[in-house]
Amino acid sequence: MSANPARRAFLALFLGAAAIAVPAQAETIQVTIDRLVYAPPEIQAKVGDEIEWINKDALVHTATVQGGAEVLLPPKKSGRLPLQEPGSFDYICRYHPNMKGHITVRP
Amino acid sequence: MTIRLATAAAAIALLLGGNWALAADKPTDPQIAHIAYTAGVIDIEAAKQAIATSKNKTVVEFAESMVRDHESVNKQALDLVKKLNVTPEDNDTSKALAQAAETKRAELAKLTGDDFDKAYVENEAAYHKQVNGALETLLIPSAQNTELKSLLETGLKLFQGHQQHAEHVATELK
Ligand SMILES: [Cu+2]
Repeated sequence: MSANPARRAFLALFLGAAAIAVPAQAETIQVTIDRLVYAPPEIQAKVGDEIEWINKDALVHTATVQGGAEVLLPPKKSGRLPLQEPGSFDYICRYHPNMKGHITVRP
Repeated sequence: MTIRLATAAAAIALLLGGNWALAADKPTDPQIAHIAYTAGVIDIEAAKQAIATSKNKTVVEFAESMVRDHESVNKQALDLVKKLNVTPEDNDTSKALAQAAETKRAELAKLTGDDFDKAYVENEAAYHKQVNGALETLLIPSAQNTELKSLLETGLKLFQGHQQHAEHVATELK
């Protein structure tokens, strides 16, 4: 129980400054798959965010980055991919390569 | 060999081409449902033949995805015709498709190893392309029921995906 107003003011100032310095909260960005379409097809994200694909089809899909990560998306299920490095990535479904999406990851 | 395959392909194209054209006097919804369902069954049977014959992991995996997808879509089609109280009706286009598939199956049955793999995957690309053409120019425009039309449109996207997948596997086999 500190009743020292000076200390409280200091703490408020300190925490306030700390809050500004903390990087923006990591987010989960959702992409829906409905009738063989990724929506939205374009995603803007930052390192630390996660993408969650929600497959509404009765078909197995994937989100496959060429030469990179692959997330398997069973019918009516979802799958996640944490974004660990910045860059610009095209992805497709391995089983239906006419399904196309794009992710831009800022540092 | 190459000449024989090419001749067979031309004969099938002629047979199907002729029959798609014949059916151009607008198939009815019960006929469209039958044609779409038959097209799926044909591809499932071709895939089962490939799973039993091929030793190539990529080809088998491709074939398994064909069984999975076409069974799923045909189940949706059956659910839809039941809901709409439509009885699929056999017709000349369905018969021609089944006949051509039978011929192809017999032809593939004579092949083994890489020859089988290549012929199967190339036929898959050609077959899906052909069905896509029929969906785009004939079946979708002719469909009266909006739910049937919508299922066919999803089917077209799926078949286009399969065509590209088959073309991709074909380049891997070269
Ligand atoms: Cu897919």
